[in-house]
Amino acid sequence: MTTAPSELESPEIDEAIELSPPWVTIVWNDPVNLMDYVTFVFQTYFGYSKQKAEKLMLQVHQEGKSAVSNGNREAMERDVEAMHSYGLWATCEKS
Amino acid sequence: MTRFRKRRKTVVVSFAEHEADILANLLRNLVELLYDGMPPRATASSDPLAALLDSDGPTAPPEDVVLQRLLPDAYSGDDQASSEFRRFTERGLRDGKASDAKRVLAALEDSHVDEIVLEPDEQLSWLRAMNDLRLAIGTRLGIKDEDDYSTWEKLPDDDPRRLTYDLYDWLGYLQSALLHNMR
Repeated sequence: MTTAPSELESPEIDEAIELSPPWVTIVWNDPVNLMDYVTFVFQTYFGYSKQKAEKLMLQVHQEGKSAVSNGNREAMERDVEAMHSYGLWATCEKS
Repeated sequence: MTRFRKRRKTVVVSFAEHEADILANLLRNLVELLYDGMPPRATASSDPLAALLDSDGPTAPPEDVVLQRLLPDAYSGDDQASSEFRRFTERGLRDGKASDAKRVLAALEDSHVDEIVLEPDEQLSWLRAMNDLRLAIGTRLGIKDEDDYSTWEKLPDDDPRRLTYDLYDWLGYLQSALLHNMR
């Protein structure tokens, strides 16, 4: 007789992973927002250092988008809502 | 000519009378646009649950292109999730933007425009309102990612977009100077 794992064990692990899929907030480049303002928003809202905020802003500017925060879906929706309140173009997605 | 200067934690803005009038007019238009097409909010008697959850917002994107830019979809390629997000957030976002704009308007109407003192929390409202105005005007002008700014700056004087672009440019200066003086 082999000791097959009980049916309950492995689904439990899968479920734990699926329950908290990492989501990200993406900020997209747009032609209007000033670079200094975008950096300011990242510093003010996320509390990022100036260095980190500038790096993310440059990524948005040069690569067209940047993942600026991650977490559960509810938290990312809060971040997207905050970005929209500042006039930044943001979406959330599963990373 | 608009001037900004730092005074301890406040920023002092000085406008010429006609500049303050232009800014106030733009802000009034923005507030009107933000309230445009919004159905009345659910009340405790009309729909208690919606009133409690603040979930009676619109579910479809706005028709106006400026509002589409100010209130973009929260999910790209997932209309249903975007629609749910709108239902719970769009009303609050519109209210927040309108309240920033109205705060600036109040300062323009109540103060001597040659010396408006902005406390730190007012500075944030001003920044956001300037940004929303720039988004609105930039969208109406059709400024695109791939555009070369020098072509906009070289628009001939008789181009119908010239005055609007100058306004857009001026607002960029205001926003940038305010930000600079906040640091």
